[in-house]
Amino acid sequence: MNRDDDILVVKNIFKVFGDRPQEALKMLEKGADKDEIFKKTGQVIGVFDANFTVKRGEIFVIMGLSGSGKSTMVRLFNRLIEPTSGSIYLNGKEITGLNDKQLLDVRRKEMSMVFQSFALMPHMTVLENAAFGLEISGVAEKERNRRAREALAQVGLAAHEYSYPHQLSGGMQQRVGLARALANDPSILLMDEAFSALDPLIRTEMQDELIRLQAEHKRTIIFISHDLDEAIRIGHRIAIMEGGRVVQVGTPQEILNNPADAYVETFFKNVDSSKVLRAGDVAKFESEIVVRQTNGATPEAPAIPYAFIVDNDGRFLGVLDNCTGRADGARKLAPKDLSVVPFDTPLHDVLGLAAAVPYPLPVVTRDGALHGTISRESLLKSLSRH
Amino acid sequence: MSEFNLLDPFQTLQIPLGDWVEASLTYFVQHFRDVFRAVRWPIDQVLNGIESLLLSVPPTIGIILGSLLGWQVAGRRMGMLCAVTLFFLGLIGVWAESMTTLALVLTSVFFCGLFGVPLGILCARYDRLEKFIRPVLDAMQTLPAFVYLVPVVMLFGIGNVPGVLVTIVFALPPLVRLTNLGIRQVPADKIEAARAFGATPWQMLTRVQLPLATQTMMAGLNQTLMLSLSMVVIASMISVGGLGQMVLRGIGRLDMGLATVGGVGLVLLAIFLDRLTQAMGERSASTDMTRRWYQRGPIGLGLRLLHLNHTKPGPVRHAL
Repeated sequence: MNRDDDILVVKNIFKVFGDRPQEALKMLEKGADKDEIFKKTGQVIGVFDANFTVKRGEIFVIMGLSGSGKSTMVRLFNRLIEPTSGSIYLNGKEITGLNDKQLLDVRRKEMSMVFQSFALMPHMTVLENAAFGLEISGVAEKERNRRAREALAQVGLAAHEYSYPHQLSGGMQQRVGLARALANDPSILLMDEAFSALDPLIRTEMQDELIRLQAEHKRTIIFISHDLDEAIRIGHRIAIMEGGRVVQVGTPQEILNNPADAYVETFFKNVDSSKVLRAGDVAKFESEIVVRQTNGATPEAPAIPYAFIVDNDGRFLGVLDNCTGRADGARKLAPKDLSVVPFDTPLHDVLGLAAAVPYPLPVVTRDGALHGTISRESLLKSLSRH
Repeated sequence: MSEFNLLDPFQTLQIPLGDWVEASLTYFVQHFRDVFRAVRWPIDQVLNGIESLLLSVPPTIGIILGSLLGWQVAGRRMGMLCAVTLFFLGLIGVWAESMTTLALVLTSVFFCGLFGVPLGILCARYDRLEKFIRPVLDAMQTLPAFVYLVPVVMLFGIGNVPGVLVTIVFALPPLVRLTNLGIRQVPADKIEAARAFGATPWQMLTRVQLPLATQTMMAGLNQTLMLSLSMVVIASMISVGGLGQMVLRGIGRLDMGLATVGGVGLVLLAIFLDRLTQAMGERSASTDMTRRWYQRGPIGLGLRLLHLNHTKPGPVRHAL
């Protein structure tokens, strides 16, 4: 990844709540912890030395339990809360050094926010609410209504533009909140526990909606959540926060496979790993069961039940079935006769296939190369390990 | 002078508050009389304008306009109530006096709004100002009107204008308090949302805080109106005309008939104004927002009658 792909860079960010933040910072430097500082100075540490980058076009989930500082963190990005020290860069421009006017500009054009409580204006219609951000930016009425209608159509609320928020259900209200944020066409969408107030079915629906919207527009989304399942479901990468500290940043698979500390490990203990892990994470490439085919001739089958054929470039060509014990040797199965698994399939979807076929499942990369195989044995092992 | 006594120190320990007030008042009267006279001018203009307007309207037209206003604001029942109260005002023979009193009340409410709403907004924004203003408001509400009646007369003379002034002093506090309260009660998440979308303080005020505080502010306006009405009798002591003067004269001559007529007139006027402003406050929070204000009431009816043949009207319901 080169630096242009980093849309948001967070460097050494601290946030201390209280009237004597410098004192607390000094104690932090000396290695005092959160509780000790609160006891001695009454200062509350909101965010402690946060460092990470958000890449352009990804869904970045900041996940932690209540009091972990995640909601503080997201408000530091658009400076609804001023950081005590450290710097934040948006597209290489330092947010933390902006004057009031430039900051308003960033809030109007670069970052839009969606709130847990929806925070819609009760005295405005759905259309006026969706156009609120544009109205604040001074966009003319005709233009802002056009863009607000587009945004409402994107979230499937085109028919409700003249309703008032209190006439809508919770899920619909949050769609209006989402439309309001999308209408501004921001570079980054900040979502603060946006779906936490919704019931589970609607929440899943909204998550799918968000994934779809993100895939369509490649928008960068920073999503705050206290729900690990939600984080894993929608997040390309996750930052885990605990007690104001960013404990680990990585893809769900990375974190599941290599938890940074005991806290993260216990956190991930109850996660259904079959939903986190992909086929590619589990598949192993064992050279002894792979045979290479040269010049188009079917190679000799080794003395094993199933052998996997690849060409010189590593592309997967088929399986040699040696089990049937036929006199004329092994039978060759072409990929079209086989269950072949793309390497980014969730493990959850592989379970049924593995049970249905006798041979280890071949896992292929996007360009058709054999990535490895998953036997029933290795599948069970990988699930039981977590 | 007796010697200082520890058990009763106030034999010798005193501040001559009364003397000071008298001295400073004399000073003000001597040196700033012109300034105070100048203050009369705008109040005079507004008061005379409203009064001559109200008095120039014949009672029948006045009753019809009043009821149409009630209908527009809060539906047909309100319109009927307005018609009845106004009709009775005419029946007991106090129409002209009522209009004079109404002009006085409306003028003081106008100036209360002019100063009270901005003051309330500032109080909501600056805690220190609120701390400073609050005891002043308390004093304005609790200080007996007679105490400031005399200095007001010394500075402004007698007549309707000083009457409006003492009324403003008494009626201003609830509007300031409830404007302040209304703005402070706007949910924090709405404020945060507006900030997150880059609202300037002015946009925050006009697009979020004031609209969401409207209902509370209307309650304040209603209180201001009622307090203005209750000041009418006291203000008539400095030669303010209208219903108050009827009551005062009635008491002075032990003419219970006259006093009662004036009193009943005040009550009828109070009912009319109270219901009307309350209805306005409730409507600002009403859930029936399917139609705009111009689609309701007599205006809606008129518009529909006008446009029925040409254009498709909005979501039509039966006229209220």
